[in-house]
Amino acid sequence: MIFRRYLIDRTASVWMVTALLIILLLPVLIGIALYLKSVPLFEIQSFASLVTSSVWLPAEGKFGFWPFISSSLYVTVLSFIFAAPVCLLAAVYLTQFASKKLIRLMHPVIDILAGLPSVIYGVWGVLVIVPLVGKILAPLLNISSSGYTILSGGIVLAVMCIPYMLNMLVEVFNTVPIGLKEASLALGATYWDTVKHVVIRKSYPGIISAYGLGLAKAFGETLAVMMVVGNRVQLTLNPFEAGYPLPALIANNYGEMLSIPMYDSALMFSAFLLLIIILIINIFFRYLIHKTKKR
Amino acid sequence: MYVLNTETINTHDIGIRPVSRPNDTIVRIENLNIHAGQHHILKNINIEIPRNKITVMLGPSGCGKTTLLKCMNKLTDLHRELRVSGKIFIEDDDILHTRTNIPAIRQKMGLLSQQPYPLPLSIYKNVAYGIKLKGIRDKKTIAYIVEKHLREVGLWAEVKDRLNNPATSLSIGQQQRLCLARGLAVKPLIILADEPTSALDPISSKIIENLFRELKQHYTIILVTHILRQAVRLADNVVFMYYGKIIEQGNPQELLKNPETEKLRKYILEGN
Repeated sequence: MIFRRYLIDRTASVWMVTALLIILLLPVLIGIALYLKSVPLFEIQSFASLVTSSVWLPAEGKFGFWPFISSSLYVTVLSFIFAAPVCLLAAVYLTQFASKKLIRLMHPVIDILAGLPSVIYGVWGVLVIVPLVGKILAPLLNISSSGYTILSGGIVLAVMCIPYMLNMLVEVFNTVPIGLKEASLALGATYWDTVKHVVIRKSYPGIISAYGLGLAKAFGETLAVMMVVGNRVQLTLNPFEAGYPLPALIANNYGEMLSIPMYDSALMFSAFLLLIIILIINIFFRYLIHKTKKR
Repeated sequence: MYVLNTETINTHDIGIRPVSRPNDTIVRIENLNIHAGQHHILKNINIEIPRNKITVMLGPSGCGKTTLLKCMNKLTDLHRELRVSGKIFIEDDDILHTRTNIPAIRQKMGLLSQQPYPLPLSIYKNVAYGIKLKGIRDKKTIAYIVEKHLREVGLWAEVKDRLNNPATSLSIGQQQRLCLARGLAVKPLIILADEPTSALDPISSKIIENLFRELKQHYTIILVTHILRQAVRLADNVVFMYYGKIIEQGNPQELLKNPETEKLRKYILEGN
């Protein structure tokens, strides 16, 4: 009997550790596979030149990824600028001020938004955001634009990320103990003082974590962005111009990659780059969390 | 470190309290009822709390002591499901039906919770928080008040060299004293203490109890506890509550020696 219980105990432990190891090994294995597939490209161009060059002429064997990287960063940063304050304020309102009725109404709405397939956001972007940018916003600023722009990509991506980040922020703010809020109010603080100095401050690590995960998700988002961003290889700071993010490069060209030499390696390298950049974003936000926890 | 020039500080701003009238009533509660849905939490509460005394709210867990305490500084407003009716007078101001601002009412009462809740700020900023909310901006005045109240709770010597450290770096007992200093810094009339020693070790508990004995010269203390011996040690006035009602009230020596009701008699017997 004792031996049987010991055996079950050991087996359960081994299974749990194995499951954990598989999860830990997955990104490493993906990274190794993508790296090995990218190796042929390194023989004709150095890593630094691949990442910093702006010349994208695959037929001539010139692979400069900087326009794709900068497009990805631009769209992601724009979406973050749009989504982050909206999510923060909405989460504060939902957790600190909203009535239970509103909370009950909002939760399924957020869940539905989070569960929508990205193609729906893409179609909505093409039908609403692209005309909005091309026919209303751009003319307002005396700019000629098709509407298929980095700005459209940023807006669609922001809308996609809002339910995801909002859900996380709501969870974060709900963990602030009510005793802490009472302590602040009892000292003569208003609700807003309490939110500003106590709730948000106490939630810094959680807010950073939510933003970090949201940013990493936004960076890798493909379909919806690809549908509205224009997909033109160019270096630009103008948000009313088209861009070409890394995930869109892979999704658009995967079918035809065998017709051009080294193109398959180039696409694998772009996937490898995507993995590295998301890793860097995560490490950066982990560092920020570590710093704020220390304070 | 903070070097103080006390000559430039107006003592009126920093919590030197006028000598108070002894034995008069500071809190008067009339026909207070609290409902949460169908549940009647507090049932027709009528009490008077004497000034500069320690009034102990005694009773078993869940009898409504904490709700009554939080009602006094309107923290029940945080719980929308609660319906509050009746009157609570703090020095003749009916705080439940007041038009004056609620933060100012709350500053009349320092709150000490069951477990300490240091704000996510440094030790110094925890005490300075309420002072700044009162509109005091002069750094020297703030530094003076912070030091004064950290000394008052016996924490100054322990923290003077690490005032910029996070308040959470203190031990639980130190955190509770910090919370007390933080509450005193806003010049309250009353200290509302909700089982403030329940999370503390015996030594820290003793420090808090001794502090209360000293502080009652300047403040009215309303202490919620279910520890009978603590009530005996500290109380000048005991209010015994049972299932949302006040059962008995009075001088602890008389009340606890000769309880009039069977409920209090049983509670004392089980408590001993």
